[in-house]
Amino acid sequence: MELIWSGLVEAFKMIVQLDNEVLQITLLTLQVCLISTFISTLIGLPAGMVLAFKNFAGKQLILLIVHAGMGLPPVVAGLWVTMFLWRSGPLGDLQWLFTPQAIVAAQVVVSLPIIISLTYSAFKKIDYALILQIKSLGPTTAQKVYMYIKEARFGIMAAIMAGLGRVLAEVGAAMMVGGNLRGETRILTTAMVMEVSRGNFHIALALSFILMAIALIITFILLHLQQRRFTP
Amino acid sequence: MNQKWTSLLVSGVILLLASGCGDTSEGQETGTEIDGEMILATTTSTYDTGLLDELMPVFEEETGVNVKIIAAGSGQALAMGEAGEADALLAHAPEAEEVLEADGKVINRHRVMHNDFIVAGPESDSAGIYGLPVEEAFSELARQNGVFFSRGDDSGTHKKELDIWNLAGTEPDFENYQETGQGMGETLRIASERAGYTLTDRGTYLFQKENIGNLAILNEGDESLENVYHVMQVNPDLSDKINDKAAQAFVDFFLSDETQSFIKTFGEEEWGQPLFFTN
Repeated sequence: MELIWSGLVEAFKMIVQLDNEVLQITLLTLQVCLISTFISTLIGLPAGMVLAFKNFAGKQLILLIVHAGMGLPPVVAGLWVTMFLWRSGPLGDLQWLFTPQAIVAAQVVVSLPIIISLTYSAFKKIDYALILQIKSLGPTTAQKVYMYIKEARFGIMAAIMAGLGRVLAEVGAAMMVGGNLRGETRILTTAMVMEVSRGNFHIALALSFILMAIALIITFILLHLQQRRFTP
Repeated sequence: MNQKWTSLLVSGVILLLASGCGDTSEGQETGTEIDGEMILATTTSTYDTGLLDELMPVFEEETGVNVKIIAAGSGQALAMGEAGEADALLAHAPEAEEVLEADGKVINRHRVMHNDFIVAGPESDSAGIYGLPVEEAFSELARQNGVFFSRGDDSGTHKKELDIWNLAGTEPDFENYQETGQGMGETLRIASERAGYTLTDRGTYLFQKENIGNLAILNEGDESLENVYHVMQVNPDLSDKINDKAAQAFVDFFLSDETQSFIKTFGEEEWGQPLFFTN
């Protein structure tokens, strides 16, 4: 109990003082997680839409893989990304292993299936009568896409939140492909693992509060975006 | 209101994207000669004690090389070297290192420092192994089915532990012999929480002392408990991406008088004794 209490006090002090290293780790975490979620959304949203509205050969197989991919353990993704990025691996020439780019790549791999399958469900939930109605207006493709996204926006936001939650919480892949390098690829989760292994529980605790605060703030912003009235 | 939120989010994302991931290797221009990046695969004990945190900035300053420290067990560190995935290694598994050296996978291998392993266990010492020669202590633990936590991760410490079981002529297959599969710090804390025995390097033990209050040093000083660290370069023929100049400079740096005298005193202030000894 004493440890928890002194940990809380230490954590509070660290957050108030906000030393440069903690700040840098926090900013890197934000950068990496937002960029990877952004990329996943950029790919996942159109992919989810195509899967929901178009029929083509192999669609069921893709759906199966994407849905199964939602449960892909980050360490598995990390292992595969690591092997691709090895100097001797197929993408070795990029020299990405142990860089933030590698973390982004691994996080895209773990968050993409989540975003694809949840946006797919969101589009699938649009009322069929409404789809017919939209089509009867004779819209251009761009207008159609816009209206579908507008109709499915709650589900899409939920998909993005789920994807972001996954990458913020993820540690196994970031550790493996990033290497937890001080000042370069150390993010909040990997820093926590390291501090625990060094026995610095109070620092780990402080980092956990920062991580939870970030998750809370971002979710708040996204929720706000989700709940707002759509004014075309 | 809505517009504000959107623009806030969008500008936030743009800012983050703009400041980007590309800021990793700037500020290295001051280097005198070598530059570039180098991957150092090392055992956890050199990293977790903070030794490399102190030494690496000096090396980076001197050479302009950006060192990426991958702290893993010696097993993984050596495997990375063998595959050409690292440029230099700092490890404490001499026998496995000698095999790599004989195969030509690593070159320019030098002894840089040493400390020793100790057997840590509960102060109550229910198995009564205090002060025994380490081989006898191990046999005694096996005979009494004492609670023993092994690293079980192919690290240098794990290899040493297996050596000692071998010397003791005992198989570690008793019921209370458990493998943690984790680093030394975690393993010590598990041993502490579960009142078990474990083999540890002295540096990590001292470093973790305040977290493992009930673990005492029970056996120490035997010749078989010596813990020797070597630094070495990965053979540049293994991959065209190896920065052999940096690796060579790294080996030289570790052997330099300044570094050696720094290591000699490292930790004295905080723990009342140095964590590593030089030769």
